[in-house]
Amino acid sequence: MANPTTTLTNSASYEAPRSGTWDGGNEPFKVSYGKLMMWFFLLSDAFTFAAFLTTYGMVRHRHLAYTGTAADFKFSSAYWPIPEKVFNAFPGLHGMDIPLAFVALMTMILIVSSVTMVLAVEAGHRMDKDDVQKWLLWTLLFGAMFLGCQAWEWTHFITGSEHGLKMADGSMVYGANLQVNEYGPVLFADLFFFITGFHGTHVFSGLCLLTYAFIATTNGTFHKRGHYEMIEKIGLYWHFVDLVWVFVFTFFYLI
Amino acid sequence: MAHHAPEHEYTADGHAVHGKANVKPILKALAWIVGITAFEFLLAFTMPASTLRNSIFIVLTIFKAFFIVAEFMHLRHETKGLIWSILVPMALLVWLLVALITEGSAVGEAIFGAAH
Repeated sequence: MANPTTTLTNSASYEAPRSGTWDGGNEPFKVSYGKLMMWFFLLSDAFTFAAFLTTYGMVRHRHLAYTGTAADFKFSSAYWPIPEKVFNAFPGLHGMDIPLAFVALMTMILIVSSVTMVLAVEAGHRMDKDDVQKWLLWTLLFGAMFLGCQAWEWTHFITGSEHGLKMADGSMVYGANLQVNEYGPVLFADLFFFITGFHGTHVFSGLCLLTYAFIATTNGTFHKRGHYEMIEKIGLYWHFVDLVWVFVFTFFYLI
Repeated sequence: MAHHAPEHEYTADGHAVHGKANVKPILKALAWIVGITAFEFLLAFTMPASTLRNSIFIVLTIFKAFFIVAEFMHLRHETKGLIWSILVPMALLVWLLVALITEGSAVGEAIFGAAH
């Protein structure tokens, strides 16, 4: 009669992992599998965002540009709007013209969250559980603040102004959605929703990952494992989100 | 697995004897990014919109991207092979951008005439 224990011991899963140079044991890039794959995932994600921003450039060049001075600017669906005239609102300061101030604040919040993330990774290298927890919490806080700011920005953009925009057929348009847009051509609003929306979705996924990392750190999962590499991988993702925002900021809000 | 193996001692209850955090390069990168962003805002309000201003914005953005990728994402300290694996495919995107913007201008010209 076969002894089940013996069968198990002889099974392939108990063989020592192959670690020779030509058996997959070689690490030419000197990074672990997980980190390398995170890099390649981010590369593919960068292609997606680059496609979005390239589309923005193409659609913008297909439309007429506004050629007058910024002071005389009036909203019209005939030409592409100037961003500083579209994004000039600040929460609590209704009706005031404060160009780009809110997006500047959002940019700073995200950059600071990136710094607190680096500090969490750095604390992980020192196996300092308390510091990792502290910096992860700060990152979560700033990330959530950024997402809240974006929610406000979207609400403002969708609701629009009191004066609205009078269309050629005499109808009035207030705010913007995927079909109408009081700030300019409809595609301007579409691209705003798609690009900032896709970025916001990435921030949200990042917050989910950070929440998981915080819980696992608190439970001591990474400490027992002997390293905090998971924080590094999530950190790579989080910095990428910040990186994308830097480009969105330039192409959508500055140029 | 962990490439930055902790080099310090542990107390009996498993807590690391904390080394000093090395935050200087991180804060330096932060200072650059904040400084460049502030300069971009200054330009946005003092310089009239032009191709030159847009070019300056794009160059400054690439500088900011450098600090994020090199320092925050640590790519600067990885092997040459990994650095090129990431950067070379990204360079192809510049071609995509130039090609499609030219395409967009051509479509605009076809719709609005040469005055576009």
